[in-house]
Amino acid sequence: MTDPVELATYECDGLTNFRARPAVAVLARSAEEVETTVRVCARLGVPFVARGSGTGLSGGAVPVSDGVLVVTAKMRSVLSVRPDDRRAVVEPGVTNIDVSRAAAPYGLFYAPDPSSQQVCSVGGNVAENSGGAHCLKYGFTTNHVTGLEVVTPEGERVELGGMAPDTPGYDLVGAFVGSEGTLGVATRVTVRLLPLPEAVQTMLAAFADMDSAGRAVSAVIAAGLVPSAIEMMDALAISAVEKAVRCGYPAGAGAVLIVELDGPRGEVEPGLAEARRICEEEGAFEVRVAAGDAERAAIWRGRKAAFAAMGRLSPSYIVQDGVVPRSSLAEVLHDVAALSEQAGIKVANVFHAGDGNLHPLVLFDDQAEGEEPRAEELAEAILGLCIARGGSVTGEHGVGLHKLAAMEKMFSADDLATMLLLRSAFDPDGICNPGKAVPAPRLCGEPPRPRHGAHPLQEAGVGEIF
Amino acid sequence: MSGTLVELEAACPAGARPAGEADRVDGVDVELVAYPRSAPEVAAALAVAARHALAVVARGAGTKLDWGYPPERAGLVLDLSHMSGVIEYTSDDLVVRVKAGTPLSDLAERLSGAGQRLAIDEVVPGSTAGGAVATGACGPLRHAYGAVRDRVLGMTVVRPDGVVARAGSKVVKNVAGYDLAKLFTGSYGTLGVLTELIFKLAPLPAARLFVSAPYPGTAEVGPVLSALLRSQAAPEALELSRTLPDGRVELCALVEGRQGPAEARAATVAAALSGGEVSPSAPSWWGCLPGPVTVKLTTVLSAIPDLAAQASEACAALGLTGTLRGSAGVGVLYLGLPAETERGAIATLLAELRRAVTAAEGHATLLRAPAATKAGLDIWGPVPGLELMHRVKERFDPGRLLAPGRFVGGI
Repeated sequence: MTDPVELATYECDGLTNFRARPAVAVLARSAEEVETTVRVCARLGVPFVARGSGTGLSGGAVPVSDGVLVVTAKMRSVLSVRPDDRRAVVEPGVTNIDVSRAAAPYGLFYAPDPSSQQVCSVGGNVAENSGGAHCLKYGFTTNHVTGLEVVTPEGERVELGGMAPDTPGYDLVGAFVGSEGTLGVATRVTVRLLPLPEAVQTMLAAFADMDSAGRAVSAVIAAGLVPSAIEMMDALAISAVEKAVRCGYPAGAGAVLIVELDGPRGEVEPGLAEARRICEEEGAFEVRVAAGDAERAAIWRGRKAAFAAMGRLSPSYIVQDGVVPRSSLAEVLHDVAALSEQAGIKVANVFHAGDGNLHPLVLFDDQAEGEEPRAEELAEAILGLCIARGGSVTGEHGVGLHKLAAMEKMFSADDLATMLLLRSAFDPDGICNPGKAVPAPRLCGEPPRPRHGAHPLQEAGVGEIF
Repeated sequence: MSGTLVELEAACPAGARPAGEADRVDGVDVELVAYPRSAPEVAAALAVAARHALAVVARGAGTKLDWGYPPERAGLVLDLSHMSGVIEYTSDDLVVRVKAGTPLSDLAERLSGAGQRLAIDEVVPGSTAGGAVATGACGPLRHAYGAVRDRVLGMTVVRPDGVVARAGSKVVKNVAGYDLAKLFTGSYGTLGVLTELIFKLAPLPAARLFVSAPYPGTAEVGPVLSALLRSQAAPEALELSRTLPDGRVELCALVEGRQGPAEARAATVAAALSGGEVSPSAPSWWGCLPGPVTVKLTTVLSAIPDLAAQASEACAALGLTGTLRGSAGVGVLYLGLPAETERGAIATLLAELRRAVTAAEGHATLLRAPAATKAGLDIWGPVPGLELMHRVKERFDPGRLLAPGRFVGGI
């Protein structure tokens, strides 16, 4: 595809403020076509970028201007489901949810469940090492991929890993997953399937303030409970979602927690009771336990609508994705509030509390004089809090183009140079998604930029960010 | 050599000495041993080694130096026993940062005080954290908790050129940059020297119950395994053990959880095993890697019974006795043979097993054997992606300073 109008579709991913127009977009239908395309790029020294569904949130799939975009979205066959081996083999364009759909008749599921799972592709999940609301218990894509067929940046098709565990040699599957499309293009993915849990229980706990909710999260983790999810929202976020979807969270809550446990029934029920007791001890003034799927969906509705609802509070926002040790949650949230007050800029908090993954939404008016740079400063200061506590600048959104500058704060030049050794082993000519994921030496990274307008998927009504 | 020793003593003030008989690495002579206490001292020692073209082998407790091929050369052993101990442990985070030379048993003791554990089995007694990570060695708990690679959150490594690099972090969720910790886990010390490791921890369960049942042969095991894997009882581990060539097959499932619910689940597992016995203690063989000669077999789950049968038949045909044991719910089996097993028999067995694992979509590797046995044998078998692995090695260790020849494809 070379028509400029058609190519406009592919200018950006889910983070719409980074844009570039490729010279050609190739809608590959098979691994052979990917291989041929990459081979041509390698021969001509033309940079290329792979793209799945384009739902990423860090600009990882933004094309190289006048380069080639390899779109894998048309490769959407579930090649096999093998319940007795607990594996499925899929093409990269298969949507995340379709893996679990294919496995469901056998009582199995695919654990990683990113919020965009209705549309995001497994190939993209491999690139980003996607997690999801339930990664607290189940881990990330890297823990669930055992084999890959990959087209290397030089156009060779190779097998890495396989159906069985522990393939001899370096763990190149582990190195490839999460490499943000910089080490090649995955053309076939072998994933682990797990038995659907016997029981799922979900609880909503309302607290007067963030401090007590943060302490409750730390206490639940410290008690040795392993919930499948612990999510938190603050008063500002709650007010936005109440306006947007009227989810009916307890009135007067300064913070709510959603705690979900799954597994054998005999373990889940006492586990939830213990989580409830801990929340009450930490000051929860109301606790609701979902009686069934409908009530569970109602509890989750507010959480899932949170990002989309931010438009009700503010014309623009910057979302960060930093991670802190769970034991320091209350303290960090306190610091975030202090920074927000100091800057005179509101911050709403909606996040994966169980694994310490913050999503502070820095709210500002892009029409108001000088607000945008102050919001950017605040967003960066929040990442600084994460780095200072030994955390990470990104828990799940990836580095892409968006967090290149932050990488230089989290890692030393030697750390980054070591990462680049791996990259050069796979891509000696530097043509595979160049300029993403790991900053090249002396690169002056982009500062974090705010989101303007809704995510294209939200606009289309097919996805939510959470 | 004395000049090199002086330089090493300067690099590692805690100690450096000429090597003795006991320092040989899988039969290979060593010239010098140094005892670094920190990553900078490791870097300084590597610089000395590079200057004098000494190949370097990192050693924790030295329990798995005979895994893989003997290195082509091993002029310098870096003994990490002075790099032992917990650096940072916040039990509320279920995360620990340790020095690489920390014995797993010391760590287990420290963690159990807070009701926690590493969830990586010490399959070779005496192992250090660094050794477990460098070889990826783990046991029954991987069924529920994942392999070593799934427990490592971050690490510090010293590259052969002396650069100290950090990968990952001490939080449980992190996608910033390449996951180099995966690359280094199971790399047999051929890419860098591990100096610090950050692990994700798990709570110690209140109740641990082992449900065991014997079966006359592998044919009876198949239906039981598939029923168990489908049941909601979801045991935390599932091990198989058989004395070869034709002993009974024992299955043992581990159920962990709260007092009460764990008992109920154990009863369900016992029923699925068609009459399993529940015990609070593990069978004597639990979590012990069979050996001293060890073949590792990997397979898809559905092929476990067939592979177990083929391994038994192959041993019977060669008149070999031994033990077959492993994680039947993961797809990893270990075949242990006596030390005196003849080289020719091992070669034939390995060829037979490679045929068997091809159908099982897995691999057969000779994990551990006397150096004389391994000489001239293809211990690793076919390795997908080998060309890329060579290139990774070339970037990280262009001078082939680290354990040259020990790993796949002569890496």
